[in-house]
Amino acid sequence: MREALEGSLAIARAVAMAKPDVVAAYPITPQTHIVENLSKLVAEGDLHTEFVSVESEFSAASVVLGAAATGARAYTATASQGVLLMSEVLFNIAGLRIPLVMTVANRAVGAPLSIWNDQSDAMAVRDAGWIHLHCASNQEAVDTTIQAFRIAEATELPVMVCMDGFVLTHTMEVIDMPGQAQVDAFLPPFAFSRALDSADPRTVGTLVDPGWFAEMRHSHHAAMGRALGVIEKVDADFAKLTGRASGGLLTVTGDPDARVGILAMGSVVGTLEAGLADFGTEAGTARLIKLRAFRPFPARALREAVAGLDTLIVIDRAISPGLGGIVGSEVSAVLQSMTAAPRVLNYALGLGGRDIPESVYPALIAAAANPLAPRFAVFDADLDKLMPEDR
Amino acid sequence: MVQDSTRLNGLRAKHGRPPAGPHEPQAAPSTLRQGQPRFRGLEAGHRACQGCGEALAARIVMENAGPDVMVANATGCLEVFTTPWPQSAWRVPWMHSLFENAAAIASGMEAALKARGRNTKVLAFGGDGGTYDIGFQALSGMLERHHDVLYVCYDNEAYMNTGIQRSSSTPHAASTTTSPAGKERMGKRHLKKDLLSIIAAHHIPYAASASVAYPADLARKVRYAMGIEGPTFLVVHSPCPLGWRHASALTVEVARRAVECGLFPLVELERGALTNIMPIRTPRPVVDYLELQGRFAHLFDETDTRAIEERDHLQALADHNILTYGLAGTGDDPVDTTGIAHVRRGGPLAERT
Repeated sequence: MREALEGSLAIARAVAMAKPDVVAAYPITPQTHIVENLSKLVAEGDLHTEFVSVESEFSAASVVLGAAATGARAYTATASQGVLLMSEVLFNIAGLRIPLVMTVANRAVGAPLSIWNDQSDAMAVRDAGWIHLHCASNQEAVDTTIQAFRIAEATELPVMVCMDGFVLTHTMEVIDMPGQAQVDAFLPPFAFSRALDSADPRTVGTLVDPGWFAEMRHSHHAAMGRALGVIEKVDADFAKLTGRASGGLLTVTGDPDARVGILAMGSVVGTLEAGLADFGTEAGTARLIKLRAFRPFPARALREAVAGLDTLIVIDRAISPGLGGIVGSEVSAVLQSMTAAPRVLNYALGLGGRDIPESVYPALIAAAANPLAPRFAVFDADLDKLMPEDR
Repeated sequence: MVQDSTRLNGLRAKHGRPPAGPHEPQAAPSTLRQGQPRFRGLEAGHRACQGCGEALAARIVMENAGPDVMVANATGCLEVFTTPWPQSAWRVPWMHSLFENAAAIASGMEAALKARGRNTKVLAFGGDGGTYDIGFQALSGMLERHHDVLYVCYDNEAYMNTGIQRSSSTPHAASTTTSPAGKERMGKRHLKKDLLSIIAAHHIPYAASASVAYPADLARKVRYAMGIEGPTFLVVHSPCPLGWRHASALTVEVARRAVECGLFPLVELERGALTNIMPIRTPRPVVDYLELQGRFAHLFDETDTRAIEERDHLQALADHNILTYGLAGTGDDPVDTTGIAHVRRGGPLAERT
């Protein structure tokens, strides 16, 4: 049913439709509306779950870990500092191969303190071993949340559903909510093969010596590789059921014949699509690549998507100080094996909630046309605000 | 050790080991110990040091908690010596996640069991590092949220797994690798944290201290806690021969003297109120406890006035415990520090109403 919903409320309803046994979360801006709405659903009797109001994000992640290991479908949500406080547990969840789902309402990481949107939080834990799916709209976030449970349970890997804080979480959008019967058909009850059970005792989380560690890491990495196919299949199955796909691993839109491509993750994709529509004729068209799966990283799909481009601009919503862009560096790395790889320009945009206007589109196209354009820059930084020695 | 069931069954046949649970066929016991009808949740053959107080305490806890439990275990000696991959000494579902989250993992297990309509009791195990220090916040949260979990802290009064570093549970004046005794220092400068009072301040149904020197008392406390729905807490004094530097044969004797001198009082608190204590029949001087342990050796330099002062200080702390908890015994109490060690038919409390 199509209705106008705030992103966070829609996510809470989507989570409820997945019927989690255990939800644990700690409030943090801009994730708060998600847990508030979930709490309300529980209070009104519309969601039957063990809702554990923990004392920190560290415990939120630990509670869902303990719950999922005991065979419960479990969900949590956080952002920013919360992701970092959880980070030790996030590695643990993934290393133990525990399937659960977490929404990250992407927000900058301090200092300087910022409650506004960028994707530094998810990037800070990119090597934790989670599947990372980035959503460009609230519709995608709703559909991806439901898909995430099936992906997690099929792969025995935890899934992080990333949605831009405020830009998506606090924005009203017309959303086609799936029906409960559709979700039930799509998502069978959770049956975890390794669930802790006193009738069949099992030891989890042992000390592993150097004779085994490398094999376990390899097996985790291999599972991530297999997850590529699962993510595509689950999205295709969801599309069969609802008529809506969420973008598989990545989606190519815009002008397929353009020589310039722009790759981005999250809500900025919508801005770029609008920029192409409004400025494309005047400034020049571009191929737009919406990257949905950041982990596992879809190297082959990416090489196919950029074939024929002269220049690929990669948008980063985070920065690795001393290196530059994170997505940009990874994209450059996987394009190395191409015979005619495009030149990669990597620009950080919208850090700490800096508004990204549509006019960024012609500015990016202009940079692509400039042979002397820097390979990396904080694209929208106003250097006049800084002391000369800091520029 | 629970890896290959064919191999395991072969070993059992060869060594006459008893079955792990009721679902396995019973073999005739060949020794008295094997014939004892007790549940061995923590099996023999793990890698604890000789005389490990924690291993002893954990075995007693598991025997009395029974088979329908699952354990969330903090990082520490107990985790490391029982589960070197691909072996495990546990016969119950057991999970180790991190150092500071055993209470939160246990909370999640309990929530999951509740959601799935199971009655399995959840236990959480941590050392003093994982309980008094780094896992303190998660523990407080678990108690406040009233999860149905028995949390057991095996208190060996330092970070033994990393090599005897001081914790907030290390007693005053004890020498550890991060509070060493030297020309300028007499060991740890601060007091042992009074954790039990903080736990009791959460007004949980049951919180108690116990000691490996008094297994019948420990067993009773575990069984009592297992019968309560809601958060319960046990801190078990568990000497570490390596860290305390005493002979490994003296674990139980050292633990007993800690109780008898008053430095480690055995008390029970329900909903925050003191409801029971183990009386000390004849309080021993604190030096009787200290002299067995190398970690206090610097307190026996008779030429050093600071050593004498610190001994007096520790004696004063013990006297304070005896006074505060009313530990002084009145004579022939069957459940005081002397009486409880005597075996009685019907258990130690049979003579007490």
